Amino acid sequence: MMPTMMQRLLQGRGLAQIVALLVILAIDRAVSPQFFDVRMQDGRLFGSLIDVLNRGAPVALLALGMVLVIATRGIDLSVGAVMAIAGAIAASLADAYGLPLALAAALGAGLLCGLWNGFLVAVLGIQPIVATLILMVAGRGVAQLITEGRIVTFTASDLVWLGNGAVLGVPTPVVVVFGMLVVTGAVVRGSALGLLIEATGGNARASELAGIGTRAMILAVYVWCGLCAALAGVIAAADIMGADANNAGLWLELDAILAVVIGGTSLFGGRFSLVLAMVGALIIQAMNTGILLSGYPPEFNLLVKAAVVLIVLLLQSPRFASAGAVLGRARQ
Amino acid sequence: MNAASDPGPALLEVRGLSKSFGTLRALQEVDFTLQAGEIHALLGENGAGKSTLIKAVTGVFPRDAGIVRLSGTEVALRSAKAAVDAGIATVYQEVNLLLNLSVAQNLYLGRQPTRFGLVREAEMRRNATALLAEFDLHIDVAEPLGTYSVAVQHIAAIARAVDQSARVLILDEPTASLDRHEVEILFAVMRKLATRGIGVVFVTHFLDQVYEICDRITVLRNGRLIGERKTDELPRIELIRMMLGRELAETTSERAAAQVRQAGELCARFEGYGKTGYVAPFDLALRRGEVVGLAGLLGSGRTETARLVFGAERADSGGATVDGKPVRLQSPRDAVAHGFGYCPEERKTEGIIADLTVRENIVLALQAKRGLAKPLSRSEQDEIAMRFIRLLDIRPPEPERPIGLLSGGNQQKVLLARWLATAPRVLVLDEPTRGIDVGAHAEIIRLIRELCDDGLALLVISSELDEIVTYSDRVIVLRDRSHIDELEGEAIDISNILAAIAASSTIGAEAG
Repeated sequence: MMPTMMQRLLQGRGLAQIVALLVILAIDRAVSPQFFDVRMQDGRLFGSLIDVLNRGAPVALLALGMVLVIATRGIDLSVGAVMAIAGAIAASLADAYGLPLALAAALGAGLLCGLWNGFLVAVLGIQPIVATLILMVAGRGVAQLITEGRIVTFTASDLVWLGNGAVLGVPTPVVVVFGMLVVTGAVVRGSALGLLIEATGGNARASELAGIGTRAMILAVYVWCGLCAALAGVIAAADIMGADANNAGLWLELDAILAVVIGGTSLFGGRFSLVLAMVGALIIQAMNTGILLSGYPPEFNLLVKAAVVLIVLLLQSPRFASAGAVLGRARQ
Repeated sequence: MNAASDPGPALLEVRGLSKSFGTLRALQEVDFTLQAGEIHALLGENGAGKSTLIKAVTGVFPRDAGIVRLSGTEVALRSAKAAVDAGIATVYQEVNLLLNLSVAQNLYLGRQPTRFGLVREAEMRRNATALLAEFDLHIDVAEPLGTYSVAVQHIAAIARAVDQSARVLILDEPTASLDRHEVEILFAVMRKLATRGIGVVFVTHFLDQVYEICDRITVLRNGRLIGERKTDELPRIELIRMMLGRELAETTSERAAAQVRQAGELCARFEGYGKTGYVAPFDLALRRGEVVGLAGLLGSGRTETARLVFGAERADSGGATVDGKPVRLQSPRDAVAHGFGYCPEERKTEGIIADLTVRENIVLALQAKRGLAKPLSRSEQDEIAMRFIRLLDIRPPEPERPIGLLSGGNQQKVLLARWLATAPRVLVLDEPTRGIDVGAHAEIIRLIRELCDDGLALLVISSELDEIVTYSDRVIVLRDRSHIDELEGEAIDISNILAAIAASSTIGAEAG
């Protein structure tokens, strides 16, 4: 009885990720006894747990776009650079023109970046990893041109609020992520988009022959990914009240891809889960925060991250689950 | 070049070879004999079992039953490398050499002449030049292989194989991408090898080439050995009959039952429809309640016609009308919007989406047709899926099972369901019974008849002539990528189709 139950649990969609998150949170609690303490201060919740959510917001937003791209069997390496561009635009415009225009310009830039990537992949047929590598490199240059190589600071209070404010005590970035998750979920699962994306990623030729406009599908996911990255860039800039074109979003594309993969979406496309990608982002951030709190040097972060990722991926793999079942049976 | 006259053991002898994939019996007790010094054609339509036979013999995958003898000694080859070591070399259509390395490096890869651990480049180049000269190929062996034509690449692959003391050389569709002149060069090499006592197995679908170069012919169909003949004792029409047809008597009775249908109104018409270099312009009328069969050999333009009709390839001449109105079929999406459906021959790569469930695979085309904004609710999806699972008897009857886990026959039924769910006018079926076990085979044919009775217009491609004859109201015969004949009513029988295919087929051969 036990092995079959074990097998079912291990194969249960999302269980591995949720168990991993709980285990990491428990370890965080062990190294930092106040980890679960949450207090209200100046109308905003504070505490390590809130910090995990808040700090994890940019990667969560990136993962939200990335998961759809990966579901079509693509990848977007340019999201970190798009964050830098959007942050630079928002920071440069906020003081002079106000939040609405700054935000619109930043998101518009993200949309254009997404269109560019989508055009290269869907219309020109360039391999996604190469196509988005172009913007990954060029985009950071564009951001540096916008900031003229300086760190652009701003004081516009409404933009600052996007990074540091709160809604009913909940930090604004967390609210934004939640809102975007709901919107993305509604668009993707409320329409037929989700099914058609999964079909396109699962077998593009067959999907085309079933009458699906696969090009439009692919274009759409890159545009959405660009938009999500731009929003992440604005929030990151608002958080530090400035735009640093050299470092904003640096290497975050890798965290986003990791979050998606931890969330159980295969790089070979097909099935995807928005919520589990969010859990993946939380796992990554819970590890980062835990290591910071433990007092170990941050260098450990990378090694621990690698180990945890390996464990989560092993737990997900059907071969590992069946191996576990075989072991269990042998023991009986 | 004739088969060795002394009756010693054959160079390669295969007896009772069987191989199944799941429930599909890919090879059933096939015998094959290759003599030293002969060129032996291995023929059959797609799915006949040619590749399976080659792979089972050369140890690419294990066989279920049967023995292989090499010069009278039984051998058990467990890997492709073991086959090469034993003297059986295979050159596939896609040459598996490294195009970025030099010709010489490719010829001696893994067995370079060395001194003190260093490769002796000069010696290697000298040897390579000498080796290729034996094949009348005089090229600069220091250049990357990729800079030379496909024919040269093939000869290099053959030279490498022969130099590794191959006694049996298997050439799998080597001429598919060669022009006439290159074919001549390759044939000269093959003849030279045969005179040296090497046995050559030649897999091809160009019958003219078979008659030009082969001593003997072995024909497979549906995983069974149909026969082995000497080329000069086998008339072309007889060969085509072996490849395509069953015995005439078996099918005539079934034919009568299918005959009572009335041809309905015209629902789609193609006039002068064609694409340069793909398929010659053709006229095609599809009527409700009528099955039009497309018959011809592999590469004759059957699938090409289907893909043009469905918009998977764009026509560059002619026009199409649906219900009397001119339409543009630029993409499958356009065709689906006009009520077309298409079950492709390559079910795994172009049909199913393996990871998705049976339910999702069934509703896919209908959902694509309705558009993004009108999603089918989960309960609608469940209803549609269950309806077709029951109607077509899809097994197991579990809508949430990934389609990749179903058998070939059930996958085909799911694809049929995918299109039936869109309530199509015209359904194009490309080899609907390919790779399907016998039970499901009969069911699919029964379904085709029923669909037709319900007023669908069907365009069906099949290599099984008896199948085509059984359900078609009209048969279009293709050869060399053009429609050459159309048979109707009483005229539809296997011998008429064979006669049309075989008639003067030497003429257009070079167009290939």
